[in-house]
Amino acid sequence: MTTDAAALPAALHTGVGADFVHRIGPVAAIIVAVIVLWYGAAVWLNAPRVIERFKNDERPWTARELVEATWSMERPVLPAPHQIAQNFYETVFRTPIDSKRSLVYHAGVTVSATLLGFLFGTVLGILLAIGIVHSPVLDRSLLPWIIASQTVPILAIAPMVVVVLGSIGFVGLFPKAVISMYLCFFPVTIGMVKGLRSPDPLQLDLMRTYSASPGQVLWKLRWPAAADFMFASLKVAIATSLVGAIVGELPTGAQAGLGARLLSGSYYGQTIQIWAALIMAAIIGVMLVALVGIIEHVVARHMGRPA
Amino acid sequence: MKARALHVSALLLMIAALMLPAGAEGWSRSASALMCALVSIVCALVGLRRWNRTLEHGSTLLAVLCGAVAPLLLFAGPGPFGTAAPGIWVFLLGWALLLWRALSILSWLPRRGPEALAAPAAFGIALLYVWQVLVVGFGVPQVLLPAPTQVAHILATRLDVLWPDFQQTFLKAVLSGYAIGCASGFLVAVMADRVPFLKRGLLPLSGLVSAVPIVGIAPILVMWFGFDWQSKAAVVVVVTFFPMLVNTLAGLAAADAMQRDLMHSYAASYAQTLTKLRLPAALPFVFNALKINSTLALIAAIVAEFFGSPILGLGFRISAEVARLNVDVVWAAIAIAALAGSMFYGLIAVVERACTFWHPSYRV
Amino acid sequence: MNGLPLAIDIRSLSLTFETGGTPVVALDDINLSIRRGEFVSFIGPSGCGKTTLLRVIADLQAPSAGGIAVNGVSPEAARLNRVYGYVFQAPALYAWRSVLRNVMLPLEIIGMTAPERKRRALRYLSMVGLEGFERKFPWQLSGGMQQRVSIARALAFEPELLLMDEPFGALDEITRDHLNDQLLRLWEQTGKTVVFVTHSISEAVFLSNRIVVMSPRPGRILEIIGNDLPPGRRLDVRETPQFLEVAHRVRQALRAGHSYDD
Repeated sequence: MTTDAAALPAALHTGVGADFVHRIGPVAAIIVAVIVLWYGAAVWLNAPRVIERFKNDERPWTARELVEATWSMERPVLPAPHQIAQNFYETVFRTPIDSKRSLVYHAGVTVSATLLGFLFGTVLGILLAIGIVHSPVLDRSLLPWIIASQTVPILAIAPMVVVVLGSIGFVGLFPKAVISMYLCFFPVTIGMVKGLRSPDPLQLDLMRTYSASPGQVLWKLRWPAAADFMFASLKVAIATSLVGAIVGELPTGAQAGLGARLLSGSYYGQTIQIWAALIMAAIIGVMLVALVGIIEHVVARHMGRPA
Repeated sequence: MKARALHVSALLLMIAALMLPAGAEGWSRSASALMCALVSIVCALVGLRRWNRTLEHGSTLLAVLCGAVAPLLLFAGPGPFGTAAPGIWVFLLGWALLLWRALSILSWLPRRGPEALAAPAAFGIALLYVWQVLVVGFGVPQVLLPAPTQVAHILATRLDVLWPDFQQTFLKAVLSGYAIGCASGFLVAVMADRVPFLKRGLLPLSGLVSAVPIVGIAPILVMWFGFDWQSKAAVVVVVTFFPMLVNTLAGLAAADAMQRDLMHSYAASYAQTLTKLRLPAALPFVFNALKINSTLALIAAIVAEFFGSPILGLGFRISAEVARLNVDVVWAAIAIAALAGSMFYGLIAVVERACTFWHPSYRV
Repeated sequence: MNGLPLAIDIRSLSLTFETGGTPVVALDDINLSIRRGEFVSFIGPSGCGKTTLLRVIADLQAPSAGGIAVNGVSPEAARLNRVYGYVFQAPALYAWRSVLRNVMLPLEIIGMTAPERKRRALRYLSMVGLEGFERKFPWQLSGGMQQRVSIARALAFEPELLLMDEPFGALDEITRDHLNDQLLRLWEQTGKTVVFVTHSISEAVFLSNRIVVMSPRPGRILEIIGNDLPPGRRLDVRETPQFLEVAHRVRQALRAGHSYDD
């Protein structure tokens, strides 16, 4: 590390520049290392098939031709990064959005289910949390079950939900939203319960001396105190909601959405398609969490915190 | 008082229900059902009076029990039920209010020790009961939603198919993937702790990865490792690695400055400080990750099986039988997965209690 | 004066903290000699650098200028020779270890055998009056008892130099008096060199041979006051005119150093 530092221009040694490099440097280094390893792995994993093909063609081949061939196969075992980038670019920017081959279209389908489920789940979670904090019955009877529900692999129920709702006439967006809702209400509930209970006992006593009603205490004390916990939970919840929407597309062989792309890619051996869909899912996941982060930042500023 | 109002309304509903039609036979034809309903109403009345605490609580709980039996007995007779038997539904509504009263009685039990389980246990049983009653009462087709008794029946009879599924998914994929994922996450965290450069690089990336739906890599891993359980274990490894890494790193930073200065003043070596201070202080965080990972591992293995599996595995069973509309097998598989998940988690919680008994979170 | 070698020799020591913008002078030209077997207190208002000075002696902080020798060698060498027993403001006990195992912690680190460790730990626990509490855990003890375990742990190490940073600051006065008495007796029994940081004038006068009065930031030594109170003294010495006179001198020194100014 010291040799890296010595190689940098003197201007970067002080102030903000050094801090930026200090923080971005390791991340960038690891990303570069991953990409290099990826290209290497692509050669290693794709080589058997390429060698097979060369043998069939019965002509001599050089190492360079081998490497280049492994990086440009049509159905590689491991696509090279530039292949994925190319496919991504084409299906996102070069295909009209309403076409079934546009990754943006599929992403849109998944995101709409995600957001709807996130909305339902958040509302449900907050209502449950308020109920649990205010009613000892719910606190003692329901809360243990909510916690226990997380030890159950909820995604195993996804196919059932799709089928049951499908038979009463709900198809498409709604079953996926229900699965997402079921997945994300838990972090919201638990986080909000912790948050609504977080005010200092002294502050609660103060409210008592003002004869404040439970509703007033909720709105004026508990709710603002829960802000931190709520946003932390919302970030987890939205990421989980995305997973729920994607998995919801799997069981019944849906035609649209990122999960459907993953599934069809795996059926037809279109590995590049799988990777592109995965990258899109990753980008969306990061963007959604960042979105919650931005809202958190705005709220924190509004509440006078340095955030 | 709210409790009394609840109790009184429950009684009124239950009494009114006796006068409404209750299916083809109704209350009058099924003597045992009528008897249970009457006993329940009498107990509820007794519970209304304020003589003696134990009598009041005991009779309310008894009222709930008897009241639960009555509809079940009625459902043994011929239908139609559903909307043709408002008597039963009004009775159940009154019973539900009485149940709430009973739960609030149970909520006053101490929070520690075996009595603490009474309220959630009662709630859980009540939930199963309501499920059973609704499904049987409204004649919900088994294809849509089987009753708990039907699921239990399937579990008992189809164990020959479900046990190998369980072995494939849980014993092979989940356990091996969990062990490898958690161990490697732990080791990488200890290494990253030693080499701050690694730590500064890995932490932001872990945050990034946690926002990504990891189960999406399942099809890719199926392609690399084949259809069998190894690819599912690989998915579990990836899913469990990052939470373990992040939590262990947080745990290693948990020992406070004073405790570390103390070690410094003893001229303790890095290894001594690690084993005697930082690792024990990190245990609560490590166990937090182990618990989270236990649920993630099972979910990952099952979802990975949705993407392709030999004719074995809980996830495979679920997706295959859903396609064939053998809904009861699906529910039985889900029940096994639920049981396995909660017992796995519970086991880790017990071990956690033994190892981190000293943590403030256990001293409420 | 009494021919014993110097335990701590500090010459022209300075320490400046570079905090982002303006540098903060924590210690300014400190000169001090402490002999073996002495009990020296540092006293001064908050922020006068007394804790910082203690940490420099203990090799927990490095000076910016000047020299310091402990037993004739650098603080780091002294630390590696396991010369220090440090007692913090808070007990800093490890919650996952029983009282006995907490006291045995430093002994494990220096590689003592198990039976020897146990023997020593039990001995020092009874010295601080905690026999019978070996199997308890820190959270089961009161604050005063936890701090006593912390002292037993520092003593069990059998260091030559005991460094104590306001060890009784978080306790109530009655417990504090009791522990002061116990500490004085321990010192008389073991004859160690003790450097004690406090902000209580009566504590400093009761316990020490010499009292080092420090000024508010930048930390300087205002005066070193010798204490002629008889050895073997007990708590009631605090009402004698001799005690009050020394306390008065300390207070004067603090006032002269603007410690009481706003």
